[in-house]
Amino acid sequence: MIATWQAPYEGGKTSEELLVSFDQSRERRILIIPALFDEANKLRRFTVELMRAADGRGVDTFLPDLPGCNESLVPLESQSLEAWRSAVSSAAETFKTTHILAIRGGALLSPKMLPGWHYAPLSGPKLLRGMLRARTIASREAGKQETSEELLEKGRREGLMLGGWNIGPAMFNELEQADLDQADQNQMIAQKDLGGAGLWLRAEPGEDAKASEALGAIIAGDAEGSA
Amino acid sequence: MIEETGQPIEGKAVVATTDPSGSTLDSELKSIIADVLGIDAGQAEVLDADSGLFGHLPELDSMAVAGLLTEIEDRLDIVIEDEDVDGEMLETYGGLLDFVEAKVSEG
Repeated sequence: MIATWQAPYEGGKTSEELLVSFDQSRERRILIIPALFDEANKLRRFTVELMRAADGRGVDTFLPDLPGCNESLVPLESQSLEAWRSAVSSAAETFKTTHILAIRGGALLSPKMLPGWHYAPLSGPKLLRGMLRARTIASREAGKQETSEELLEKGRREGLMLGGWNIGPAMFNELEQADLDQADQNQMIAQKDLGGAGLWLRAEPGEDAKASEALGAIIAGDAEGSA
Repeated sequence: MIEETGQPIEGKAVVATTDPSGSTLDSELKSIIADVLGIDAGQAEVLDADSGLFGHLPELDSMAVAGLLTEIEDRLDIVIEDEDVDGEMLETYGGLLDFVEAKVSEG
């Protein structure tokens, strides 16, 4: 269930990253694109719980770590959305997935070649705005004045540490421009479709058995009105 | 969305208002806080003007406050600027409700 995979890396090299999967060579194989940065931590348990729910419903799922995240040996600050998109596409090919499920900011990495679902997606500017706001509030509490505008300029120029994530200038500039692709092949799943509140709102990682089960049912095609 | 009352909101509005627009806002704000703190609606109901928020609840760290403000923006259709965010507005439930009421009435 825990293995590794080779993600594409600079200059035609690869980087070995961890992979969590439920793989029994079943018909439906879903690539999970995780939430990004701070939200990745808060939603990690929820993500694996929904994979367990999908497994129980006869569906294979694959959750690859992105280069620069978790146990990755490559530096996060050298990553870009473009590099992550190619890692995601490569993962889809490697695991021969039939669908994708993108969670929150993961929707920004969604490959066009596969149908699937976007769960509570958000745009790059919105993701950035939340992280910048957290930083200005934390700075103020520490008696340091920083404005979002100053931070934006710094981020564009040299990158920025946001919520403990060292975001490089390439990633920063891409996030400012990254819109959600409203492509037809992706079905949008809103939080209200699952019931309860989004776990990314909490200060600590949490779990919600009802919501992860509901999402597992949707991607397994068992929920009413789903594909 | 929110009924226009025609009443200008004074600098420090009273929280427990009987005004229909005010009470809708009050319950919406409580529901947002309940979602952020992961508590049920009944527990959020007991929040009053003096209930402490940022700096009083360990669940409300800077990241959660940022999420709270974004959620308020989305659900109440307002924009909260950097300079709006100060200690007073975040310290108590009453301060936050006053701020949100003023923002909503600005339109």
